[in-house]
Amino acid sequence: MIEGILIGLNTALSLKNILMVVMGCFFGTIIGMLPGLGPMTAIALMIPITYGFDPATGLILMAGVYYGAVFGGSTSSILINAPGIPGTVATSFDGYPMAQQGKAGKALAIAAYSSFAGGTIAAIFLLFAAPSLSKISLSFRSPDYFALMILGLTAVAAFSSKGQFLKAMMMAVLGLMLACVGQDTLSDIPRFTFNNMNLSDGISFVLVVMATFAMSEALTIILRGTDPSSAAKAISLKELGSIKLDKDETKKTLKTIPRSSVIGFIVGVLPGAGSTIASFLAYGMERNFVNKEEKEKFGKGSVHGLAAPETANNAACSGSFVPLLTLGIPGSGTTAVMLGALLGFGIQPGPRLYMTNPEIFWSVIMSMYVGMVILLILNLPLIPYIARILAVPRTFLIPMILFFSVTGIYLMSFNTFDIFLMIGIAVVATGLRLYKFPMPPLILAFVLGGLMEENLRRSLLISDGSFNFLYDRPLTAIILAFTILIFSWQSYISLKSK
Amino acid sequence: MKISSVKIISLLFFVLSAFYLYTANQIQVFAFDVNSPFNAKTFPIYLGYSGMFFAGLQILLPEKSVEKVNHNVLDYKKVIYLVIIMIFYGLTILKVGFFLSTSIFLLLSYYFLGERRWKLMLIFSFPFVAVFMFLLHGALNIYLRDPLLKYLGIIG
Repeated sequence: MIEGILIGLNTALSLKNILMVVMGCFFGTIIGMLPGLGPMTAIALMIPITYGFDPATGLILMAGVYYGAVFGGSTSSILINAPGIPGTVATSFDGYPMAQQGKAGKALAIAAYSSFAGGTIAAIFLLFAAPSLSKISLSFRSPDYFALMILGLTAVAAFSSKGQFLKAMMMAVLGLMLACVGQDTLSDIPRFTFNNMNLSDGISFVLVVMATFAMSEALTIILRGTDPSSAAKAISLKELGSIKLDKDETKKTLKTIPRSSVIGFIVGVLPGAGSTIASFLAYGMERNFVNKEEKEKFGKGSVHGLAAPETANNAACSGSFVPLLTLGIPGSGTTAVMLGALLGFGIQPGPRLYMTNPEIFWSVIMSMYVGMVILLILNLPLIPYIARILAVPRTFLIPMILFFSVTGIYLMSFNTFDIFLMIGIAVVATGLRLYKFPMPPLILAFVLGGLMEENLRRSLLISDGSFNFLYDRPLTAIILAFTILIFSWQSYISLKSK
Repeated sequence: MKISSVKIISLLFFVLSAFYLYTANQIQVFAFDVNSPFNAKTFPIYLGYSGMFFAGLQILLPEKSVEKVNHNVLDYKKVIYLVIIMIFYGLTILKVGFFLSTSIFLLLSYYFLGERRWKLMLIFSFPFVAVFMFLLHGALNIYLRDPLLKYLGIIG
């Protein structure tokens, strides 16, 4: 492991990669601050750029964008009660009241320290958990992988949809359907191409991500008439107050960080859960841990109430890398985008990544520490200034997002058919968004589609067409039992409320 | 049973899944693969059934709360303008070239979104695209086909 850490440090601390982390954190912070534009949009816009680099650098850049976006989301939560991303909604419960009491600077400082600590502690957990889990996952066979993918899709559908489980499952199926377009990987037989040569290689992953996130989010903002930059305009540089914490505030923050880090990391590792659930869970748990007097302060500017979700959402980000790096199965929409980008590099994340591409495996883990330090440096003194940069009017912001989306896909294929296909998918996705059809399950399914078919193919061929493989191995049966449990629970909730 | 927009979308998805299933059954597999436990159409067939299953459930089960979208407050006009501009951009990018088509795309987008500060609009269109192209050519070594700039002798 020491050797791996050194390899990782060597890669992560190269000037180029440090620059990438800085750039990623900066860009992610800006996008994360804008309500409506989340980490998936930020990463989607970055993908065409990453293809100009080696895989390790590309992944480091995307990871930086991810942390930056989560970090940026907390700033708008605290300052103007408009969470940039769902994972920072719980931050606003106590962060915004603190800002209203004239302690915005302190609230930002608590958020920055908690995020730094949560992310760093979780990265240490990842350092130990990932190699161990990689070794265990080497014993996984095709049926286990197939079952894991079904579990991942069901979990993401269950958690991302807030009571809209069926809609989320429909989106997952749609993602799998889109993944089947093009030549069959084994027999090269064309499927769903309708004799169109442009579809014979299938639909590009970047195209689907850009269309369903960057482009459709931009169109949704225009459709709803919202102005994401209005949030930034409301921030006053003079009213932030001191960023220095007193002894009592430091003590409270230090007490909260360890327990919220553990909660955040564990929730982040679970497929589908992610930073939103982690932050809410940590907030709720923290309320139970503190004494009665402190409990009263929750929702009115409690230090515990602010530190807990901030620690947990960053810890969950690091945790979500565990299934991606060790099993090759993303646990969230954001890590699904990263998996898609890695597949584009010709790299298959999974248990063998640890052995075949140690520089990627370790440099991503090591870059997390670098990223956390950079975010701390960036967030504390610079955040009010970054927020001012955001006061870019939407009349310029939206065309820029559309420009980067269209150009990004054009530069990858130099094919105008892809531009028209992207516009078509974006228009459909915008319509679906209006009626709360969630997009993350579609992306996850699109990325997993090929792998899922491959593992189902192997499993069925080994078992001679019988579906006994679903319960022949205890591991497969256990994973599927969890899937059935989630499915039944979601169905029960839906039927009960109806 | 109320017919809501979500149910109509689900019905459309049901029809799409049925069509997908039909198309999956039409996939021509190799003769030696027809009776194989798994061939090129197996997975798509399962997907077709799954899509019909979930869409069917969404149609049949009563809705918890009907998703209400106030269409009067939605700015469809601007979205349609943007989509038309993007299609126009897609149609011209190869023929006219990256520089001019992108600059016009940006300029038109700013204008239709309500921007009227012409100085800023011009700065963030032509010079912005020129810098972007320079970065692509110079830093990332990505060649962009541009007949206009080639004709003018600016690029080789």
